Amino acid sequence: MNLHSRILAAGALAALAGLSALPAQAQSPAYPTRAITMIVPFAAGGPTDVISRIVTAHMAQTLGQSIIIENVVGAGGTTATTRAARATNDGYTLITGHMGTHAASVPLYPKLAYHPEKDFEPIALLAGTPILILAKKDFAPKDLKEFATYVKANVDKVNAAHAGVGSVSHVSCELLNSVLEIKPTGVPFNGTGPAMNALVGGQVDYMCDQIVNAVPQIKGGTIKAYAIATPERNPSLPDVPTTKEAGLPAFQAQAWNAIFAPKGTPPEVIAKLNAAAVKALDDENVRKRLLDLGSVIPPTAERTPASLAALVKSEIAKWTPVVKPAGN
Amino acid sequence: MGDVFSNLGLGFGVVFQLVQWTPAFLGGVSIPIPVNILLCLIGALVGTLVGVLPGIGTIATVAMLLPITFGLPPVGALIMLAGIYYGAQYGGSTTSILVNIPGEAGSVVTALDGFQMAKQGRAGPALAIAAMGSFFAGCVATVLIAVLGAPLTKLALAFGPAEYFSLMVLGLIFAVVLAKGSVLKAIAMIVFGLLLSMVGSDIETGASRMAFNIPELADGLGFATLAMGLFGFAEIIRNLDAGGETDRQLVQQKVTGLMPTRKDLKDCTPAILRGTALGSILGILPGGGAVIASFAAYTMEKKISKNPERFGRGAIEGVAAPESANNAAAQTSFIPLLTLGIPPNAVMALMVGAMTIHGIVPGPQVMQKQPELVWGMIASMWVGNLMLLIINLPLVGIWVRLLRVPYRLMFPSIVVFCAIGIYSVNNAPTDVMLAGAFGLLGYWLIKHDFEPAPLLLGMVLGPLMEENLRRALLISRGDWTVFATRPVSAVLMAIAAFLLVLAVLPSLRKKRDEVFVESEN
Repeated sequence: MNLHSRILAAGALAALAGLSALPAQAQSPAYPTRAITMIVPFAAGGPTDVISRIVTAHMAQTLGQSIIIENVVGAGGTTATTRAARATNDGYTLITGHMGTHAASVPLYPKLAYHPEKDFEPIALLAGTPILILAKKDFAPKDLKEFATYVKANVDKVNAAHAGVGSVSHVSCELLNSVLEIKPTGVPFNGTGPAMNALVGGQVDYMCDQIVNAVPQIKGGTIKAYAIATPERNPSLPDVPTTKEAGLPAFQAQAWNAIFAPKGTPPEVIAKLNAAAVKALDDENVRKRLLDLGSVIPPTAERTPASLAALVKSEIAKWTPVVKPAGN
Repeated sequence: MGDVFSNLGLGFGVVFQLVQWTPAFLGGVSIPIPVNILLCLIGALVGTLVGVLPGIGTIATVAMLLPITFGLPPVGALIMLAGIYYGAQYGGSTTSILVNIPGEAGSVVTALDGFQMAKQGRAGPALAIAAMGSFFAGCVATVLIAVLGAPLTKLALAFGPAEYFSLMVLGLIFAVVLAKGSVLKAIAMIVFGLLLSMVGSDIETGASRMAFNIPELADGLGFATLAMGLFGFAEIIRNLDAGGETDRQLVQQKVTGLMPTRKDLKDCTPAILRGTALGSILGILPGGGAVIASFAAYTMEKKISKNPERFGRGAIEGVAAPESANNAAAQTSFIPLLTLGIPPNAVMALMVGAMTIHGIVPGPQVMQKQPELVWGMIASMWVGNLMLLIINLPLVGIWVRLLRVPYRLMFPSIVVFCAIGIYSVNNAPTDVMLAGAFGLLGYWLIKHDFEPAPLLLGMVLGPLMEENLRRALLISRGDWTVFATRPVSAVLMAIAAFLLVLAVLPSLRKKRDEVFVESEN
């Protein structure tokens, strides 16, 4: 590089520096100027990952920048969430958190390196995945009422499977057990696949799991569902009653997924991301794909950052008395 | 039977499907492109490459490449992912044979005799027989899936925690037989492997065990970390010892034929048949069956061989049997996925993810509802295996030539590739450092005649054994008799006891050398 071009380059740099020194209002509409990283705290292909990919693909069109999904696994999603909490709060690193990472983790891991409320800015709730009460196909009780009576009477005989300590199926089953006021034997498996295999094989009696894994098995008649723990029935399983209809209204559980940013992310960035997420949730194609998974799309009023903050607060309060700390 | 043929016909129709490509620059002329065949080829190639690069395992690769397949049609995406999966099984044996680094649990035993063959200048025949055995096993397993997939599913469901525990006990007995030196040392290594497998989180309570408050240890030690350290790094340190260099040069000059001789083929045929049979059966069991397949096959060959002392010193059956078994198992492990929609291992769970992205959640009705998908995949397995044979046989010459690279150039590249591989599994620098530490430990072990293979198998079987033991006892409310009262479990336990007696009796008669110890001096 000769001297002449050096001076030119220096001039160009100075001009750039001058541009970036413009007032913040002029600068902020430019967000995003580069690709955004979306951390997903679970393996590619899981329910959180799938919901995240469907919504962010549409958000990327609105924002005019690509959104790169980074799957970071480990320690029930808390490894990834810790990383996101410590990321630069410029709106270029986001996380799709869920019921586990941003609520149940608080009572589960007393030494958690982050706090869902203090270390994150809520952006938008994306979708809820209803929880079902499932049982092996030849389990004696015919409906939820009989199930409740039966497990209470045979609590020392029944086995409840779950997908591992801290998993959605584990904490939601703990909630069911606390509603029924029973303490059955919990049999841990490594993930929902092996747990479902044991339920289909009849090695365990019942479990709670997310709708997406269970629908094909229920339709195929290899397992049965007693109830869905949401206020309304789900279009993908119209014959399965709600817990309220079936007589156990206290058991309400959804594995919700939502976008969060590290604490201190500028409000205008959050507003922009929220608007993009809301727009995605109104898109016909996005809605169809989410509904196909059995997801519940939040109504407009529940899509604001404030309502997500309220949800996180209420969920922490809901799970704290139910979930025991790991290691006890 | 007629159904099977029409279904396979449907499958091959899907695989050979042509898509008309009409690029603008040709002015309206369209070219038919066999998209699925191309995807199968790409998958097989990527899988081979990944298998050959030490450390980068199948799960990591499938996870990394999964997003790429989202843009493809579902059948094409699955064909490609399946190609990666069994391609890696082929490729994994290459590093085991050439540089004594098993890329995954299934190729640990391949390293035992494969690397010895390479040292004797017979890397070519070892690689070729591994490819041929895998191809044969792949063909048989494909037919098995097509004909008996649905009834075999019952076997997968009949296996509960008690049965798995008994199977793992049997597996540990196999691990003892793997050793070519002292039985006591082999047992010590297995127990050490079991202990290492306990690091991590307790499955029942989630409590952190032996992790010393190091967050990176919370999910346990990785297989790649241990295998790269104990095999790869330790082997390098040993080679760099005085005399190692000349030893290697001798190896390079000894290279003889590239293809197996007629005698090799004759010796291997029964081994390949037995390996395929064992692998096909064990592969159906989700969660652990496939891991046991390769060394069950090796143990069987060593036990029924007329001269078992050849094993561990370059017996070609010791490569053919486990390689056939692990490929057969890799393929039959698709059965629970294809018939029940339940993923039996982590790679398959990722494939279910790929289907979910496309809006297909597989279940018990997947065969009726998505016949093109299921049969297309089954047909693609056979096509993929054929491609792998075509890719791999010519590569044998190139791999063997790699052995001629001077060791002073080769070992830094192995170290770098291993380090990249280990890092890529979890993006964790700690894993690389741990592998280094295990390298030093491995060197100490080699120097004191402890073999790393039983340790690795203990490490792989440990979690399966512990988890299933605890599940079985939770379900039986602490009643240990379940292992004897459940028939399948009882049979497995009886076989394990029989093998153990067989192992102990000769030593009581002071003739145990015949069975276990084929000491070199």
